[in-house]
Amino acid sequence: MSNELVPTDNSAAPQHAPRATDINPASEKRAEQQIAILFGLSGVGSLLLIYSYIYVAGDVFIFIPIMGNQNAQQLGIGIGMAMSLFFIGIAAIHWAKTLMPDKEVVNHRHEFRSSDEDREELIKVVKEGVAGVQLGRRKLIKRSLGAAVGLFALPPVLLLRDLGPLPGKQLEMTNWKAGTRLLTDPGNRPILASDLEVGSVVQVLPAVEDLEHRPLSDIAKDPVLLIRLRPQDFQLTPERLAMTHEGIIAFSKICSHMGCAVALYEQTTKHLLCPCHQSTFDVTRAAKVIFGPAARPLPQLDITVDAEGYLVARAPFNEAVGPSFWERNSQ
Amino acid sequence: MTTTEKAVGNVANFVDERLGAARWVKKSLNKVFPDHWSFMFGEVCMYSFVILLLSGTFLTFWFDPSQRDVVYEGVYEPLKGLTMSAAYASTLDISFEVRGGLLMRQIHHWSANIFMAAIVAHLLRVFFTGAFRKPREFNWILGILLLTLGLVEGLLGYSLPDDLLSGTGMRITSAIIQAVPVVGTYITFFLFGGGFPGVGFIPRIFTLHILIIPGIFLAVITIHVMLVWYQKHTQFPGVGRTENNVVGHPILPVYMAKAGGFFFVVFGITAFLAAVASINPIWLYGPYTPGQISAGSQPDWYMGWLDGLVRMAPPLETHAFGHTISWNILIPTLIVPGIIFTGMAFYPFIESWITGDKREHHLLDRPRNVPNRTALGVMSITFVMISLINGGNDIIATNFDLSINQIMWFSRIGIFILPPLAFIITKRLCLSLQRADRELLLHGAESGRLLRLPHGEFVEVHTPISPEKAFLLQSHEQLTPLEIEDVDARGVRRPGALKNKIQRRLSKAHAVSVPKVTEQELKEIESH
Repeated sequence: MSNELVPTDNSAAPQHAPRATDINPASEKRAEQQIAILFGLSGVGSLLLIYSYIYVAGDVFIFIPIMGNQNAQQLGIGIGMAMSLFFIGIAAIHWAKTLMPDKEVVNHRHEFRSSDEDREELIKVVKEGVAGVQLGRRKLIKRSLGAAVGLFALPPVLLLRDLGPLPGKQLEMTNWKAGTRLLTDPGNRPILASDLEVGSVVQVLPAVEDLEHRPLSDIAKDPVLLIRLRPQDFQLTPERLAMTHEGIIAFSKICSHMGCAVALYEQTTKHLLCPCHQSTFDVTRAAKVIFGPAARPLPQLDITVDAEGYLVARAPFNEAVGPSFWERNSQ
Repeated sequence: MTTTEKAVGNVANFVDERLGAARWVKKSLNKVFPDHWSFMFGEVCMYSFVILLLSGTFLTFWFDPSQRDVVYEGVYEPLKGLTMSAAYASTLDISFEVRGGLLMRQIHHWSANIFMAAIVAHLLRVFFTGAFRKPREFNWILGILLLTLGLVEGLLGYSLPDDLLSGTGMRITSAIIQAVPVVGTYITFFLFGGGFPGVGFIPRIFTLHILIIPGIFLAVITIHVMLVWYQKHTQFPGVGRTENNVVGHPILPVYMAKAGGFFFVVFGITAFLAAVASINPIWLYGPYTPGQISAGSQPDWYMGWLDGLVRMAPPLETHAFGHTISWNILIPTLIVPGIIFTGMAFYPFIESWITGDKREHHLLDRPRNVPNRTALGVMSITFVMISLINGGNDIIATNFDLSINQIMWFSRIGIFILPPLAFIITKRLCLSLQRADRELLLHGAESGRLLRLPHGEFVEVHTPISPEKAFLLQSHEQLTPLEIEDVDARGVRRPGALKNKIQRRLSKAHAVSVPKVTEQELKEIESH
C-alpha cells in the first residue's frame, strides 16, 4: 500500500542542519576543552580508586548525609571506579556528538529471500548429496544406524544416575520415633510440660545420637513447633485431642505448601503464618488451612511425657512432612 | 605518508594477505545504524552482560563453592564462631576482607538487575513497535530464550552465597521440581544429591551459573547480535526512510564512539549504584538452615511476579490412587508461565496469521497505529504487575497498614478483571490518539491564540504542522481486515470453517482503526 501523502521527496538524502561546532570555531574549541576536562575527571576517578585502595584503612567509617555511616575504603574505591568509567563514556559520546561528522547516510536493504535459481541449485546439490549416502538402498545400514543412535542416547542419561540416591521412603521419614525426646532448638535441652506457659511457642528437634552435627536435610524435616493453649481453646476431634498433652500441641514447622519454616505465630488469633506465601493455619483446629495457597494442614505430632516427665513423641508422624510430591499418599 | 600511516598500512597488509579481510571490514565499517533512544535498551543488555562476566570472574577468585562446614573466624563480629558453609563464609570474606570485594559483589548483583530490566524494556520496545515481524522472528525467539535463561541464571546466582534468604529460595525451587508429577521426586533427589538441601547443590549450581548458562548466553547473544547485523536494524518512519533503506550514522566513527562510550556510561552508573546503594547484604541474613526463616522473604524483582502468582494460587491438590498432584504449585510456577512464554515466542507467527501479512517489515510501527497489539502488550504488563504486587503483599501490608488478606483478594480477583480492562482502555486510547493525529493533520496544531471575529464569535487559531510531521502522521498503513470467504470461487465450501471464522473475527478486531486522511479530504480543507 502506498502512502497517500508524500509532502517531501521520500528518496531525498536525510536533511542536515549544521551544529554550532560546525560553523563557530569558538564553539569547536570549547567542545574540545570540555571533552578534555571529561577525560581528566575520569583520571581523577582512577586516582581516587588507587588512593582509597592503598591508603585508606578498611575499618574507617565516615558520615555521609542521607547515607549514614559508610566504609570509607569501599566508598572511595566505588566512587573512584564509577567516575573513571562514567567520564570516559561521557567524553566519548560528547566527542561523537559535537565534533565527529554527524551526516546521516543511507544504506540499501535487499530482500532476504534467495533467488529461485539459487534455491533450485541448492535443492539439486542436497538431493545429489543425499543420494550419494544411498540410505534408501541400504536397508541394513539404515536399521543398524537407527539402533546404534537409539542405544547411544541411553549412556549419557545413565551416567547421571549417581548424582543422587533414589528417593525411597526418605521423604516420609523423620527422626521422630516413639519415645524420642523433644529438645529445644537451640539449646538441645529436654522440656518438662510445666516449662511451657500458656500462649508460649517453642521450636524443638528430636533427640538424636549426634546432637552437634545434625545434617541439614534432617533439619529440613524434623523441626516441630510446640504451642501451649488453654485446653478449652481446642476445637479438635477426640482422636486429635488425644495427641496433645495438657494443652500442648505439636505441629511440623515445615510448611505443607513449599517447605518453608512456618515461623510466625500470632498469639491473639492462634494462627500460624508462613512468611513465604502467607499460608495461614489455625492452631486450635489442628492447623487447618484458613488462608493462602497451602492445601493441607501441618502434620501433627503425637506427644506425651516419659517416666521423668519430659515431653516425648508417642509415635512418629503418621504422614510425610513438608511439600507434596507425586508418591505422597495424602488420602 | 607519515610513519604512523605506514605502520598501520603494513599491519593491515599483513592481515589482509592472510585473511582477505579488507573487503569485509570495508563493508562493515560503512554499515549504518539508525538512531533512537529506545534502541539503547538492547545495548544496555549487552553491556550489562559484559559487566556480569567481568565482575563475576573477579568473584570466582575468592568464592568457595562448597557446603562443607566451617567455623567463621573473620572480621564480622556478629557471626564470629558460628558454624556455616564455606560458600557463605567466603562470601563474607569477599564482602569484608577483600578490598573492593563488596563493591564487586554489589556491581555483580546490580548489573544482574539492570540486565533483566533492560531485557524487559528491550522486549517491550520490540513488541510495541512491531520490530519482531518478518524477517526478525528468529531473533524474537532467541530473545525470549535469553529472557528465560536470565531468570534461571539470576535465581541460581543469588542462591550461591547460601544465606538464609537464598536458601529459602532454593527450598521453594526444590518444592516446585518435587511437584512435577511422576518424575519430580527423582529429579529433586538427583539435583540435590539426596533429600533437600543435601550437601552438593552449591557446587552444582555454581557450575551451572558460571560455566554452562553463561556459555549458552554467550552463544545465543552472539547469534542475536549477528542477526541484527546481517538483517540490518529496523528504523522508525520519517522523511527519507523507506522499507528499502536504512538511514543513520555509519559505524566508524560516530556509532562506534557513541556505543563504546555508552558501555563505559552503563558500567560507570552500575559502579556508582554499587558504591552507594547496598544490595543483598547477606551478612544480615545469617547462614542457611531449613528450620529458620526471616519475615518478609522476597526474591529479586524478576522472580517476584512468579512468587506473587504462587501466593495467590488457590489451595488445590488432587489426592487419588495414593498419589498427590499439587495444582497450587504447578499452575502458578509451570503451567501459567509455560503458556505465557510459549505464547510470547509464537506471537510473531500468531499476528502474521491474524493479519495475513507475510511481507518483510523494516519500518517500525508507532504503537497507537496498531491498537490491538498495543492493548495486548499493556494487558500482559498489567497481569505481571498485579502478580508482582501480590509477590510483595507482606511488604505492602506492613508499609501501608493493610492486611495481607485484602491484598491477596484484590490480586486474586484483579488478575482476572484488570488485564482485560487494561486491554479495552488501551485500545480506546490508541484510537483516540489516532483521531488526534487525524485532527492535527486536517486542522493543524492548536496555537492557544484566540481570535474574536467581527460578529462576536471566538475561534482558536490553528497553525499548520511541518511537512515532516505531516508525513510522519500519514506514513503508516491503514489496517484492513482479511477477506476470507467461506466458499471458494466455484461455490464449494472451504475446509476448516471454524478456523476461518476465528481468523476472520481476530482479523476484524485487529484492523479496528481510524481512517487515514485522504488526499481528497486534504484538498477540501485547503480550499476553505
